[in-house]
Amino acid sequence: MAVLVDKDTRVIIQGITGSQGTFHSAAMLEYGTRVVAGVTPGKGGAEVNGVPVYDSVRQAKEEHDATASVIFVPAPFAGDAALEAIAAGLDPVVIITEHVPVQDEMRVIHTARRRGVTIIGPNTPGIITPGARQKLGIMPGHVFMDGVVGLMSRSGTLTYEIAAGMTNAGIGISTAIGLGGDPCVGLTPVEAIRLFQQDSDTRALVLVGEIGGDAEERAATYIKEHINMPVVAFIAGRTAPPGKRMGHAGAIISGSSGTAAAKIQAFNDADVPVADRPSDVARLLKDML
Amino acid sequence: MRNMKLFEHEAKEIFRKFAIPTPPSGVARTPDEARERAAEIGRPVVVKAQVLTGKRGKAGGVRFADTPERAASVAEQILAMRINDLPVETVLVEEKLNIRQEIYVGITVDRNERKYVVIGSAAGGMSIEELAEESPEKIIKRYVDPDLGLQPFEAREIAIAMGFRGKQIHGLASFFVKLWRIVTQYDVELTEINPLILTEDGRFLAADARLNIDDNALYRHKDLVEALRRAPVEQNERERLAAEHDMAYVELDGDIACICNGAGLTMATLDAVALHGGRASTFLDLGGGADAKRVEKGIEIAMMYPKVKAILVNIMGGITRCDEVAKGIVSAREDGDVKVPLVIRMVGTNEEEGQRILQEAGIPFLKTMEEAAAKVVELVKEAA
Repeated sequence: MAVLVDKDTRVIIQGITGSQGTFHSAAMLEYGTRVVAGVTPGKGGAEVNGVPVYDSVRQAKEEHDATASVIFVPAPFAGDAALEAIAAGLDPVVIITEHVPVQDEMRVIHTARRRGVTIIGPNTPGIITPGARQKLGIMPGHVFMDGVVGLMSRSGTLTYEIAAGMTNAGIGISTAIGLGGDPCVGLTPVEAIRLFQQDSDTRALVLVGEIGGDAEERAATYIKEHINMPVVAFIAGRTAPPGKRMGHAGAIISGSSGTAAAKIQAFNDADVPVADRPSDVARLLKDML
Repeated sequence: MRNMKLFEHEAKEIFRKFAIPTPPSGVARTPDEARERAAEIGRPVVVKAQVLTGKRGKAGGVRFADTPERAASVAEQILAMRINDLPVETVLVEEKLNIRQEIYVGITVDRNERKYVVIGSAAGGMSIEELAEESPEKIIKRYVDPDLGLQPFEAREIAIAMGFRGKQIHGLASFFVKLWRIVTQYDVELTEINPLILTEDGRFLAADARLNIDDNALYRHKDLVEALRRAPVEQNERERLAAEHDMAYVELDGDIACICNGAGLTMATLDAVALHGGRASTFLDLGGGADAKRVEKGIEIAMMYPKVKAILVNIMGGITRCDEVAKGIVSAREDGDVKVPLVIRMVGTNEEEGQRILQEAGIPFLKTMEEAAAKVVELVKEAA
């Protein structure tokens, strides 16, 4: 089963002729992802890594019965690309691109919500379902092992770090979702948890959060009221000073809100253990599974 | 990345373009200029430090002056100040208002709703955070429909909810409508007028102005960036270099520089250092796919910060290849860039090759983040 992405997902890559699109389409194909078409307006008829390129998402979708899109388009055009994917009826739409203007993000997210489409990102490593050998994104596939843990995270390499630790401990993943490092992203932790809740393959959850906003606090409240399976959390940025953006646009403590302490407290209140170190996530899971 | 913050006088220039009423004012860089500006205004003035930080009033950066002479002497004092460690390079000389009421109005991005939110309060003057603590019931919030944008009737409803009646409803609502135009036109992340003054004679005027623009959208506002005649973001040399190379770089108070790939991993590495009793000096995220040159550059930038007593490189290889990282480290050491202890942890893509390169150069490395954090803290303590 897994979440959002399974063996039947047929993927379009928008921006496939760019350097990122070319590199990562090869990596996705190598992992096993069913990349059926690419889109770069004006380059229809070309081929990248054996994948046919179209001028529009609609054409690519009609020719190949595609279901999902991964966007590598540069930031000034990423919003438009996402709206095109939504209009063509693709779902989910994964926006890898960083530095997308927030007004564009809000427009895309709002339009997607109205159409019932899931947006993952922007500024995300993407989503991976190891059991189906499908990754829609830039993560190294080999650190993720098939299993029963649903993983969601606001960061990239930190997720690989935690996933690698789980793999070393023999704990696999049903689906791992990078939620994105921007202040405004599509799929939220609470929405992701709801999806995992309905998935029969998922029997435990890991939530990797960081400073900024209160999405983790909202997730903790939801878990407290609705989730019975084991959950482990990790929060990055315990030592981050207020007022500084720590790499991710969304990782900022504003005034007294968005601190790691508040998030850890919220998880404690929901009886969710919070790992002190990334490697403790696997250890805590082992005790709970 | 940071957002581009405008100085009060720059924001007010934009306000005036959109017909938002502001008191007569002028910018001064010297006491003499302040005297001239005050003479032009011809009435008692307030002299305000132009700094991109809050609490300037409490720091003494806002002073009144009844005469041009007094404005010059007050300006001299303010121009000599540092507020929150920022130098005061200009002051704004502005007509002093007869205040009946101080009001708060603002528009910002709500990250949970992923919509703009309009905020108003009849109890302005203090910061919105303080107001939220003291009297949250006095804060009126309204989310903006992304399709429709803020409508005039919604602006009037907010004014009414804030407690205004009669003609004042229209007077206040027009501020929200005009601010909304500025927000959409300039990709604004946050704008505030605090205080918005209701004068004794019944006029609404923007006494302060805050305008932060989304960095990621600056490519759409080249005219604005040019009109500023300054760098859009204030940076020291190291921050400027890091930004030029598209690296995320934040300076902290400790003495251990953490150079990693990925923002979350870098934050977690800072935390791991703290967990082992150390303190980080530097957050440096190389980003994805860093090659040897980039790694070397990162180390070079980190070494420019005088507080750094040790470097911790923590790499989780994905698109980033450990052999490239190792080559960068070796080359930084050979160039003499590294004058402090260096602790390396790297795993992932091309790990064996990377480790071989480090081994041949006689540079030790560790397998886990925890070991590496413990080691770097130990080395700093030994050196002390």
